[in-house]
Amino acid sequence: MKYKSQAVAKLYFIAAIGLFLGQILFGLIMGLQYVVGDFLFPAIPFNVARMVHTNLLIVWLLFGFMGASYYLIPEESETELFSPKLAVITFWVFLAAGALTILGYLLVPYASLAKWTGNDLLNTMGREFLEQPLPTKVGIVAVALSWLFNITMTMLKGRKTAISLVLSLGMLGLAGFFLFSFYDPVNLVKDKYYWWWVVHLWVEGVWELILGAMLAFVLIKVTGVDREVVEKWLYVIITMTLVTGIIGTGHHYYWIGAPAYWQWWGSIFSALEPIPFFMMTVFAFNMVNKRRREHPNKAAVLWALGTSVMAFLGAGLWGFLHTLAPINYYAHGTQLTAAHGHLAFFGAYALVVLTMISYAMPILRGRAANPERAQIMEMWSFWLMTVSMFFITLFLTGAGIVQIWLQRISSTPMSFMAVQDQLSIFYWAREGAGVVFLIGLLLYISSFFVKGESHAFE
Amino acid sequence: MDAQSVKIGSADIAVTARADFQKNHQKDLPGDFALWIFIFAEMLVFGVLFVAYAFTRANNVALFNESQLTLSRTSGAINTLVLITSSYFVVRGVDAIKRGLSSQCAHWLTGALLLGGVFISIKIVEFHAKFAAGITMSSNAFYMFYLSLTFFHLMHVLMGMVILASIIVKARRGGYSAQNHTGVETGASFWHMVDFLWIILFPLIYIIR
Repeated sequence: MKYKSQAVAKLYFIAAIGLFLGQILFGLIMGLQYVVGDFLFPAIPFNVARMVHTNLLIVWLLFGFMGASYYLIPEESETELFSPKLAVITFWVFLAAGALTILGYLLVPYASLAKWTGNDLLNTMGREFLEQPLPTKVGIVAVALSWLFNITMTMLKGRKTAISLVLSLGMLGLAGFFLFSFYDPVNLVKDKYYWWWVVHLWVEGVWELILGAMLAFVLIKVTGVDREVVEKWLYVIITMTLVTGIIGTGHHYYWIGAPAYWQWWGSIFSALEPIPFFMMTVFAFNMVNKRRREHPNKAAVLWALGTSVMAFLGAGLWGFLHTLAPINYYAHGTQLTAAHGHLAFFGAYALVVLTMISYAMPILRGRAANPERAQIMEMWSFWLMTVSMFFITLFLTGAGIVQIWLQRISSTPMSFMAVQDQLSIFYWAREGAGVVFLIGLLLYISSFFVKGESHAFE
Repeated sequence: MDAQSVKIGSADIAVTARADFQKNHQKDLPGDFALWIFIFAEMLVFGVLFVAYAFTRANNVALFNESQLTLSRTSGAINTLVLITSSYFVVRGVDAIKRGLSSQCAHWLTGALLLGGVFISIKIVEFHAKFAAGITMSSNAFYMFYLSLTFFHLMHVLMGMVILASIIVKARRGGYSAQNHTGVETGASFWHMVDFLWIILFPLIYIIR
């Protein structure tokens, strides 16, 4: 690595991978509970498993983003990190807060947790994805501010590039929009309305800036293509992301009591959200085809290309499937949503963090790229995870279509639970694909421990 | 191992490649190629909105015709003239910089910028009258489209004005020349798009019955 302070990224990456493993284990527990309802009951009820599964996802991705920026920003700014010490302290605070929160979910009944952590002072808990107790939410803000401060100060004293600008803009948005998690009005319509300002404007807005910046960084490094070309693409992509994504929030406003014009605004703008993702795919393949060098880290190139394709499929195509209001009228909140959620989070965000880890980790460990054998294992893990996630998506899509039919379209509609019984074959298949995913992840983790002759720096 | 060092090592190749890239992409399109991708994406967004309008109208012809009569065609027509004139000014600005006349270029573009201001003022008066009459996006499907499309277009006029203003500042500082004026052409292309969209929008919403 070029700057000593980039080393703090390693801590973040290791934590990210550890939490990722936790997320997958809880995913498997929950997947099984879909078909064996009392599995691990009452120790880990379904709602708790779900909360842990989704919260771990967010937290490990945040660790990934932070690690990536502590690696990327010094290199882009051509200067040491403003305060590596602050980055390390922030890491331990975040890890401790995250661990305590998860333990709280698992060991204490949620209502007691809410009572003990001051939810009656400021009511913020009990909402999907924003289940964190008040102190944790405050902690997240503190961690995000410290991260933003450290990165901004580093940028200010060094070179300013489009990549670091876009990345920091994304981080600023991430921190800013999270503040809406503190606003929990009694009016349910308003509650949902602003809840999406965190959830949607994160994943379909500012996170995409972080994604674009990270992908652009790795592509410059592994292909040696001119920075000017990459930056131009990045600007066009993020502009399209914001043009479509911000008003695209409206696709969540169809049936919650918001004004009816959102059905138009939401449908039209969100239908165009796949465009920036498609541009990202074209961009990534273009850059790799025009490469000026053969980087020894072949695995990183695979992860980067995989990100661009799977993000387009998961976020773009599967999102489009049910984004138009007349279709969403039937598809809303079914397993089709779950299918989209899985492939989008994996394709766009899990993969980009893994791309960054794949590129940076060997360098942080003192070599340009891992030994061949380790890279081959890594590529196997890429294919195992990607293909199994694609199958999870297909099975859930199948489940969703059957569910829509039996529950909402058929002339003799069935009740929710009766339909769930009919879907068990899909859920079993999904659980099987989930096991393959876990194998892929274990293979990925073990690739870090493969010994052999690694590629030295040129 | 870093891309930077490779780039320096083959700087001549990089320069040639960049020149080729620019030659290939700028033979037909004035301004920066990336902006044209953006323009096409923008046209797609408006195109989808226009098609949605047309389909909705087809199902509610009477309602649309009746509501359409409440729009001020006069202010729409004046605004059309204002934008077309501003586009002409922009053309003269580009022509000036091609002959190396920076300050003339800045003058023409300032004229266009002022006309942008006139457009916005007229639009605000028009919107004010509608809001005063109690019309909102929830009034009916026609007003929803009318307000959405014109507001969305208005935002583009504003963005175009920001672009023009930054070009004017750079032109006044002598930042462009007869050989190097891609920035001016890029801004001009965006402004023409804004004008062009209005030329479709005005008859579509204000006139066609």
